[in-house]
Amino acid sequence: MIVLEGVTKVYSLGAVQVRALDGVDLSINRGEIVAVMGVSGSGKSTLMNILGCLDVPTSGSYSLDGEDVGSLDDDKLAYIRNRKVGFVFQTYNLLPRLTALANVELPLLYGRGRRQRRQRAQEALERVGLADRMRHKPAELSGGQQQRVGIARALVKDPAILLADEPTGNLDSRSSEEIISMLIRLNRDEGITVVVVTHSPEIAARTDRVISMLDGRIVDDTPVDRDR
Amino acid sequence: MNLLDIANSALTSLWANKLRSSLTVLGIVIGVAAVISLMSIGRGAQASITERIQSLGTNLLFVQPGATSFGGIFFGQGSASTLTLDDAYAISDPTAIPSVSAVAPELSTFGDIVFGRENTSTQVLGVTTEYLDVRNLELSTGGFISQGHVTNRSEVAVLGSFTSETLFGLRDPVGQTIRINDRRFTVIGVLDSEGGGPFGQLDDQILVPITTAYYRLASERTTQGDVTVNLISVQVEDEDLMDQAEGEIATLLRLRHRLTSEDDFTINNQQDTLETLEETTDTFVMFLGAIAGISLLVGGIGIMNIMLVSVTERTREIGIRKAMGATRRDILVQFMSEAIVLSIGGGGIGVLAGIALSRLIDGRTLLGQNFETVFSGDIVVLALFVSAAIGLFFGIYPAVRAARQHPIDALRYE
Ligand SMILES: Nc1ncnc2c1ncn2[C@@H]1O[C@H](COP(=O)(O)OP(=O)(O)OP(=O)(O)O)[C@@H](O)[C@H]1O
Ligand SMILES: [Mg+2]
Repeated sequence: MIVLEGVTKVYSLGAVQVRALDGVDLSINRGEIVAVMGVSGSGKSTLMNILGCLDVPTSGSYSLDGEDVGSLDDDKLAYIRNRKVGFVFQTYNLLPRLTALANVELPLLYGRGRRQRRQRAQEALERVGLADRMRHKPAELSGGQQQRVGIARALVKDPAILLADEPTGNLDSRSSEEIISMLIRLNRDEGITVVVVTHSPEIAARTDRVISMLDGRIVDDTPVDRDR
Repeated sequence: MNLLDIANSALTSLWANKLRSSLTVLGIVIGVAAVISLMSIGRGAQASITERIQSLGTNLLFVQPGATSFGGIFFGQGSASTLTLDDAYAISDPTAIPSVSAVAPELSTFGDIVFGRENTSTQVLGVTTEYLDVRNLELSTGGFISQGHVTNRSEVAVLGSFTSETLFGLRDPVGQTIRINDRRFTVIGVLDSEGGGPFGQLDDQILVPITTAYYRLASERTTQGDVTVNLISVQVEDEDLMDQAEGEIATLLRLRHRLTSEDDFTINNQQDTLETLEETTDTFVMFLGAIAGISLLVGGIGIMNIMLVSVTERTREIGIRKAMGATRRDILVQFMSEAIVLSIGGGGIGVLAGIALSRLIDGRTLLGQNFETVFSGDIVVLALFVSAAIGLFFGIYPAVRAARQHPIDALRYE
């Protein structure tokens, strides 16, 4: 359960202040799949970073599963990133020197539950259909394959929430389709809460709910009507 | 992360920059090798000094005229002529001091020595029969000064090996006549070589009967006409009796000299001399190590430099790791372990290089100096400890910088 109340994020660039988020109220239930849309600079990534505990709000409150994230220290935030949320990046953010398998193992290096690392990483790669590419380095994989490694890495610790910030932003339509289908399947079949940022109305239409942002605010929040 | 993961990850990322890592390691290798070889050279010098003193026997007391001692080491010979040959005989009297086993008085002076067309100027030492035993000397040829020679003030001489070589070359000096300060002396023996020692060239001297030295060669005489001596070496039966003997000799001399207040003699203990000398040479060895330590320090700065570069280059990696749940401590440990692998790796190779170097130097003559090295485990432990400490010290700042990175800022870093 994600609940945001009056979340504001202000960046100070010298004298200029940028309100990247400006009083966002939002709640997302367990098992939902939500699309976040909005023009460039509207605050989508800022919102995702806060949801993923990569960043903290300037003001307002964020509670995750009833826990007030704003009051947590660095180590506790690292714990949440490690255990509760999986983050998928537009630019994949894989470590170039490591193989796909080692990249997927990365979250298993940190925090508790380090046993059977290799096996769990292999299973995660199998889940995204990359059983035959485990020993490849990122540079030896296509964009779509790299993003699947990114998803496997996000899934390896079985998080309740998957956050994907423009996961298909750098991909062609066929790869995009694979990635989006995968996210939807994870939501439908495994009940993982998914929040995905996208610029594509087609992708948004396949989720349960679309949130539109503008200038750091949520301007629209509508369930998707599938019977239309 | 467990230790294996940490070591594995450190080695992997260092291996990714092989050249850079090995150059950094080289800095530490040079530093550690320098520390080890210089310190083992120092220890070698220390050992040969101590060995020479010990070869004299550690159960010796040295009685000198005048209160000229300074911190246990005597600088030159006592100037006051207050000790006499009779004092020496009194000390050697077994009824007076039973723990004394032998007494060797000596009177030193300088002489111009001539043999044929060869001439030299050296120390002429007046001694008694006991000198040979007390000082642990060996004859290479001929005989030594006898009690008769001393009683009769015979003009006989025993040559140090170097003096013998200077005057006679390879010829046999025994039976030849040399001139010391224009007096004719018959050579009766030659001493074995002792090598250079802390008390100067022991091989470059001439021994004559102490009475001859006093009456025929020395310039100063006491008013009473007693034979004066510069030094009385007293051999004590047992090392445990040293202090007791020292006290008894002092009492005896005070009595003989009718002293009421200040002593007019000084007694030095061979053991004290050894200890003082060891302290001094220890300082010297540490000093050598410290000089070499500077290069180790420079190596440490190299590590810090390369780690700072690495932290900057890998900002994105840090961001990714943090996004995947790495805590500050995880990142700190990761970068610290790289610095420590560099420094300990360098330390290990440096130890091997240092051992090899000191083996190479051992027994060799470089720039006219004969080097002996003594290598010991404590130097290795010290060098490894210092290099690990350097890794910790110089690694901590870059690692803290890495650990403090904000995940988002680090991820955005280009
Ligand atoms: N580190 C930062 N320092 C200053 N301003 C920032 C920083 N990060 C984001 N901003 C500003 O905050 C606003 C929101 O940025 P954000 O990245 O959330 O936009 P976005 O909706 O994700 O855009 P896009 O679709 O292009 O990814 C922008 O105006 C941006 O300039
Ligand atoms: Mg964005």
